[in-house]
Amino acid sequence: MEKKELLVVDGLKQYFPIKGGFLGRTVNHVKAVDDISFTIHEGETVSIVGESGCGKSTTGRAILRLEEPTEGKVVFNGEDLTKLPKGEMRKHRKDLQIIFQDPYASINPRQTVSDVLNEAMEIQKVVPKKERRDRIIELLETVGLNAAQADRYPHEFSGGQRQRIGIARALSVNPKLIICDEAVSALDVSIQAQVLNLLDELQDEYNLTYLFISHDLGVVRHISDRVIVMYVGKIVEIGDKHSIFDNPKHPYTKALLSAIPVPDPDRERNHIVLRGDVPSPIDPPSGCRFHTRCPFAQEKCRVDVPELVRHDGMQEGHEAACHFVEEIERGEVKPKELQVTTF
Amino acid sequence: MTKYIIRRLLQTIPVLIGVSILVFSLMHLIPGDPAQIIAGEGAPEKTVEQIRERLGLNEPIHKQYLNYMSGVVQGDLGNSVRSGRPVVDEIKTRFWVTLELATYATILAVFIGLMAGIISAVRHYTFTDTAIMIVALFGLSMPNFWLGLVLIDWFAIGGDWLPAWAKLRPSGWGDSWRQVVLPVITLGTGGAAIIARMTRSSMLEVIGQDYIRTARAKGLTDRVITYRHALKNALIPVVTVVGLEFGGFLGGAVLTETIFAINGMGRLTVQAINTRDFPIVQGAVLVISVLFVFVNLIVDISYKLLNKRIDLG
Amino acid sequence: MVETILDVRDLRTSFYTDEGEVKAVDGVSFSVPKGKTIGIVGESGSGKSITSLSILRLLASNGKVVGGEVRFKGDNLLAYSEKKMRSLRGNKISMIFQEPMTSLNPVFTVGQQISETLIEHQGMSKKAAMAKSVDLLKLVGIPSPDKRVKQYPYELSGGMRQRVMIAIALACNPEILIADEPTTALDVTIQAQILGLIRDLQQRMGMSVVLITHDLGVVAETCDYVAVMYAGQVVEYSDVRTLFRKPKHPYTVGLLKSLPRPDEDQEKLIPIHGTVPSPLHMPVGCRFNPRCPAATDLCREKLPDLFDDGEGNQVRCWIYNEQWPGEKEVDVFGEERTARC
Ligand SMILES: Nc1ncnc2c1ncn2[C@@H]1O[C@H](COP(=O)(O)OP(=O)(O)OP(=O)(O)O)[C@@H](O)[C@H]1O
Ligand SMILES: Nc1ncnc2c1ncn2[C@@H]1O[C@H](COP(=O)(O)OP(=O)(O)OP(=O)(O)O)[C@@H](O)[C@H]1O
Ligand code: SF4
Ligand SMILES: [Mg+2]
Ligand SMILES: [Mg+2]
Repeated sequence: MEKKELLVVDGLKQYFPIKGGFLGRTVNHVKAVDDISFTIHEGETVSIVGESGCGKSTTGRAILRLEEPTEGKVVFNGEDLTKLPKGEMRKHRKDLQIIFQDPYASINPRQTVSDVLNEAMEIQKVVPKKERRDRIIELLETVGLNAAQADRYPHEFSGGQRQRIGIARALSVNPKLIICDEAVSALDVSIQAQVLNLLDELQDEYNLTYLFISHDLGVVRHISDRVIVMYVGKIVEIGDKHSIFDNPKHPYTKALLSAIPVPDPDRERNHIVLRGDVPSPIDPPSGCRFHTRCPFAQEKCRVDVPELVRHDGMQEGHEAACHFVEEIERGEVKPKELQVTTF
Repeated sequence: MTKYIIRRLLQTIPVLIGVSILVFSLMHLIPGDPAQIIAGEGAPEKTVEQIRERLGLNEPIHKQYLNYMSGVVQGDLGNSVRSGRPVVDEIKTRFWVTLELATYATILAVFIGLMAGIISAVRHYTFTDTAIMIVALFGLSMPNFWLGLVLIDWFAIGGDWLPAWAKLRPSGWGDSWRQVVLPVITLGTGGAAIIARMTRSSMLEVIGQDYIRTARAKGLTDRVITYRHALKNALIPVVTVVGLEFGGFLGGAVLTETIFAINGMGRLTVQAINTRDFPIVQGAVLVISVLFVFVNLIVDISYKLLNKRIDLG
Repeated sequence: MVETILDVRDLRTSFYTDEGEVKAVDGVSFSVPKGKTIGIVGESGSGKSITSLSILRLLASNGKVVGGEVRFKGDNLLAYSEKKMRSLRGNKISMIFQEPMTSLNPVFTVGQQISETLIEHQGMSKKAAMAKSVDLLKLVGIPSPDKRVKQYPYELSGGMRQRVMIAIALACNPEILIADEPTTALDVTIQAQILGLIRDLQQRMGMSVVLITHDLGVVAETCDYVAVMYAGQVVEYSDVRTLFRKPKHPYTVGLLKSLPRPDEDQEKLIPIHGTVPSPLHMPVGCRFNPRCPAATDLCREKLPDLFDDGEGNQVRCWIYNEQWPGEKEVDVFGEERTARC
């Protein structure tokens, strides 16, 4: 069954100018997101994973136009958001909501929960005034809080409860797409599970679509249908969850996955150790951005930028941006110095 | 870094021009005809005209400014209306007196302020801390002139220990350190109090930092931790305050010099105002302002130097 | 039986705040066998960091160890003079912290910060200490160490800084390394580097490691023994295999069931309902009882001890005591039957 395309990101670039010199001229750019394209279908959960600074949050923010994208299209429901005037865009905001790591960090601490939800509904004019109180209570119950808590202040809630309030706020305007930027990362495991389950249930109930940003691969494996792996501003691999986790093709994805410690003491795991640190997005490496750390890197990798391609043995929709996927697979390109470790 | 210094230097140029314009307009901001005011009320029209002529007051205003500035650039600030001597000469001797006074006051303020601040921080929330901070609050809220008068009353008049009147020698202070003590204390106390409070809060903040915990986990002694690890970081914000204080002392010297009859820039200015000797007033204010601008520049640069490591991190 | 190098018994630490006494650590017991790694896991605020700071007596001024023992090779550290304690810190027992970005002093070079320890504890000259610092940087895998010693922390990445912290900690060949979430602030690929390094150095130098973490994956892969903490107490202490294969305490069971796994698919996560209690309002009886599906009246009235199972494993739960009033087989968190007495 062909699912409906809800969000199409096409050639998105987000460059942040770096000012310097005598007169504060732009001397360089942080190429935070550099030409990425992907599609999200209605009702699915797509995750973006990658290391700190690889451009995950920037992608989320650019989709919402919280920062104006430098280049590229963001087509939501058939309409290119980057072309909309500011005022038009505001109307669309109700369809696209975002939940942050600590949603209350951006909220006035002197507002009660019901003020917060009320304000969100007020701005988007989705619910008539008279019905709002009922809607607030309904929302709170939806996210597992109770009516009595409506008139409490943020500091009276625990981290997990605040995250629920953040979800309630996002839900209050009946969005179609929710971007969760590290939404459960700060929560303890036992609480995180509560929130993840809640997100799951809400998705079924309201046919929500999630763009889930996280660096926790356990969480990503649990919640996603499809996964995008980013490295220094570019997508290096994209595919459905099982392709990525069970059949990764890009050397970076392999290293990333192998680096995760697994909660199973009987499994002796070899972790691929990548040399050095993640390069800066200000002067990203030429060619394949991973070549400075890739154990398989060849001359070609230093020069040519690899495209996302579906190679032999890859499922429909599974693509990797590496020149030597097949050669590595066949053992023709061997790692120069593959360092592995057990902890 | 060199880039920063150059940029910062370039930035002072408009500031200096602004200052010079302000100083220049001083004479013209006073209501009425400056020549008449200088000459005094009821002076014959001829005298007024002479003064006007001498000071070039009948030329268009921008021309006057340019004339004045071209003089300034060549080190000519005009002549005193009263003595007829070049303003530069009048100021020169007094300038060093004031600079010296401000420098000693700064040294005193830094020394006492740092000591008190560190002790307070190390013993925070103890009796010592509270006592020091109460004294500092006094020091802060005491007006300069009042402190000066009290000191004179106690030590010079009452106790006859220290001379109240610094010997009026055009070349400087006189030869005894004792003549310096009271004015310096008068001037420096407020600054010492500010520095003490600043040092304390800065130290307390630093003591709570992770790297101090690391230092403790290394098994270093409290002494090393306080004076090596904490102080070096805590001093960074204090430097700014010290610079500002020094600038403040230059201005604050007016009162102190008047009280102790010290022949510095401050006293000179007051006298010049009383005698309506505008060229002197202009010259004095200009010199002090320029000095202030440069002190600020030095503070900024040293702050940047000290702070570089943190800034970029 | 391996020799026990560090034995913590019933440690209690309180903070005195405006709102009252915060019993941050209130009954922590575990032992560290020589040359082994023990993990301390628990959720945020469960008292992991305070436990480690209590061992080294590095608490903030409003905190105080109010009970228990910390025996290092038989000696109770809590009875040591401050001077004696200082000679131990950074020398026999070292510590590294969670925040590599802020744990190094910004105004001193890396070399100065490493050599300081050597000068303090081994009486080295400045020059010798600096030379040793270069060796240590090489040991922790920092490229061109002779250049790096002269650099300031801001010139290094997070991973590098944590390596420097490790170099400082290892400078005097400590017998115990306490690592408080050494990789939490780092990316997984860098975490792999650092954990590999610690394991490597441990084997080479034969030291014992106390690894504090909230990541059960890290525990499973690095630790030999584990102490699970909940609300300021150790609720379970056992060898790592037992902990993952046959967890005893309902909290441990719940934790494992709520963990999204990177290595296999799960239909549904089974969360523990409710939230961690505030240290100012601890529940009476077992501290886990408001969240425990198996709780009985006994649990709500009396705090269980750490009961020993005779094989060196301990659990703080009434199910494992003859006073348990309920069924012998208890169903905790759905499908699985956990308890056997
Ligand atoms: N407003 C901005 N101005 C300049 N640079 C920025 C800005 N926002 C982000 N960056 C830079 O862009 C890069 C990508 O940042 P982004 O926040 O998207 O990373 P991320 O993948 O979300 O990382 P994390 O996991 O740490 O949240 C980083 O190098 C960051 O420093
Ligand atoms: N200086 C202090 N004053 C008062 N309470 C404190 C102080 N330091 C810690 N606490 C309290 O002690 C308890 C235990 O804190 P601790 O830092 O040991 O937690 P943790 O298990 O290390 O958590 P995390 O995983 O977040 O690091 C917390 O409830 C905390 O609020
Ligand atoms: S003692 Fe009772 S409440 Fe506590 S964990 Fe065991 S069964 Fe649950
Ligand atoms: Mg982010
Ligand atoms: Mg901690």
